[in-house]
Amino acid sequence: MGMGHVILRVTIKLLFAPIVLFAFYVQFHGDYGPGGGFQAGVILAVAFVLYALGFGLEETKRAIPPRFLTFGMAFGVMIYVGTGFLTLFLGGNFLDYNVLDPDSHHNAGQHLGILMVEFGVGMAVASTMLQIFYLFAGREAEPSDDAW
Amino acid sequence: MALVDHLPVLPVVVPLISAPACVLLPKGRLPWLFATLVSWATFALAATLLGVVMQEGVITYYLGGWSAPLGIVYRIDLATAIVMALVSGMAAVVFPYARASVLKEVGRDQTPAFYGAFLICLTGLIGVVATGDAFNVFVFLEISSLSTYALVAMGARQDRRALTAAFTYLVLGTIGATFFVIGLGLLYQMTGTLNMLDLHAKLAGQDNKVVRAAFAFIVTGLGLKLAMFPLHRWLPNAYTYAPSAVTAFLASTATKVAVYAMLRFLFTIVGFSAPFTEVALGLFLVLGLAGMFVASLIAVFRDDVKQMLAFSSVAQIGYMLLGISFATEAGVAAALTHVVNHALMKASLFLAVGCVYYAIGSHRLSDYRGIGRTMPFTAACFIIGGLSLIGVPLTAGFVSKFVLIEAALGATLAVPSLLIVLLIVASSLLAVAYIGRVAYEMFLADPPAGAPAVQGRAVPLGMLIPMAVVTALNVYVGVDGEGLVALCTEAAQGLLALSFGGGAF
Repeated sequence: MGMGHVILRVTIKLLFAPIVLFAFYVQFHGDYGPGGGFQAGVILAVAFVLYALGFGLEETKRAIPPRFLTFGMAFGVMIYVGTGFLTLFLGGNFLDYNVLDPDSHHNAGQHLGILMVEFGVGMAVASTMLQIFYLFAGREAEPSDDAW
Repeated sequence: MALVDHLPVLPVVVPLISAPACVLLPKGRLPWLFATLVSWATFALAATLLGVVMQEGVITYYLGGWSAPLGIVYRIDLATAIVMALVSGMAAVVFPYARASVLKEVGRDQTPAFYGAFLICLTGLIGVVATGDAFNVFVFLEISSLSTYALVAMGARQDRRALTAAFTYLVLGTIGATFFVIGLGLLYQMTGTLNMLDLHAKLAGQDNKVVRAAFAFIVTGLGLKLAMFPLHRWLPNAYTYAPSAVTAFLASTATKVAVYAMLRFLFTIVGFSAPFTEVALGLFLVLGLAGMFVASLIAVFRDDVKQMLAFSSVAQIGYMLLGISFATEAGVAAALTHVVNHALMKASLFLAVGCVYYAIGSHRLSDYRGIGRTMPFTAACFIIGGLSLIGVPLTAGFVSKFVLIEAALGATLAVPSLLIVLLIVASSLLAVAYIGRVAYEMFLADPPAGAPAVQGRAVPLGMLIPMAVVTALNVYVGVDGEGLVALCTEAAQGLLALSFGGGAF
């Protein structure tokens, strides 16, 4: 790695952590304020896309391998639907968050439920965005077999 | 948690949570096994739901415990339960079939993704049917469509044209979805609600430009999704180049679900009080008849069996639209009956085409020469499916045509009923022509002189049994169709009763 892009690279390194932090801020702000998993997921993925632009695709793939993203995509959805099933097993209707904390007077169950669901959404969206970037940036004619 | 209380939501969410799990499974046989078991479980749930609805009437389920019209409601009446059972039943037949077919056509490496997408598609289709919330219909329609685009594109390993077919489908499908959601947005602007029954109550008596535009947008959008002639451009190539199992599943479910959504929208949401419903019904009558003839005529001259059947699907949708356009109980019942029967006949035809493709690696008509001798069982299933498509007595198709003709005679229309009946019969003759061409090649045409009979790969039982089951169902409905027709008539009564108002959410 030469010194060619040193200003870009230093800037990216400086920005990386605040972007990720902002993503988590949006993520955990999603229960009652504007924000939530979708926006947070995109912002989180942007941090890694930026990293890939400055440091190269291979470097980024070493940090976050494509297999890991496939797992994130699938597991995020499972967290979402799993929350629904959890409320079923606790005796409520599908996605009835109140049963998560039935004794609360401050709708803590609703907070908790939406945070769980949004966490799944964030994970799925971030993984999907980065996976799409990998596939487009990789420019392979066919998706490689280990992408799945 | 009592299972029965949650029956309306389970057929939607069981495949939904299974799909990502399927993606994480190792390549090879396991994803298929898992997906097949899930499809059977889903069918069992949907069938139980149908039984419960038949006994107890409409079931309402409040998602998240939020009451209607604020929250999302799943409202299961008889029409819903029938289509739900149909979709999951077709999945339960096609998934076992898919194993060998997909291994050959898509390859071992993509099996987790393939079955994951297949399960997502199933989720979306069942969701469209289950929900009583207009916006939810859009969401599920897109869930099923997006996964369908991917599934169609997976045919690229056999024929690169699958990619352009999938892309065309993507563009047109997205236009359809956009139109649909624009229409919904306008309706929401006018009424402030998305619950179907609440929409109906608040739309009653409203007639202004916004509502008319909304109506036009939604009918056009859904028309694109259900391949209403002349909005069918995406369908033939998508069906032709998709993997065989995908074609069989889509041909028997996807457009049917869009027809169901159209029924819901026309009769549950808008109803007869709106003056513009008449316009749409008149349009359906003309376009349905035109589609029956033009698409059948195109099918006669196709040299690719899969494409021929795809055009025939467009024509068959014409029959359903025709039934809807009568706007009578018998007409809607005929449309619903044909939804079920057409699923059966197209499934058996496309499954047979898939078996032939597995054996000889082609679905060109010229390669079908002598199939009747080398693959007698598959050829027989194809012929029975074809007879059903034509509407020969003792097959499911006859029941459909009989009910439809009866409905046409009972309806008061701008066009003389007798003319419509004649047109229905005449268009069936076109089906005789194209099915006859395949039958001729399979049984009668001499194999090319000097060439040895092509002995293809033996088709595994896993593919033959599902094909036989669907074919047998065709015959069963043909012999004993009373129950189905009675059920569909009752469902049509339920649908039409809502269109005059009433119905509590």
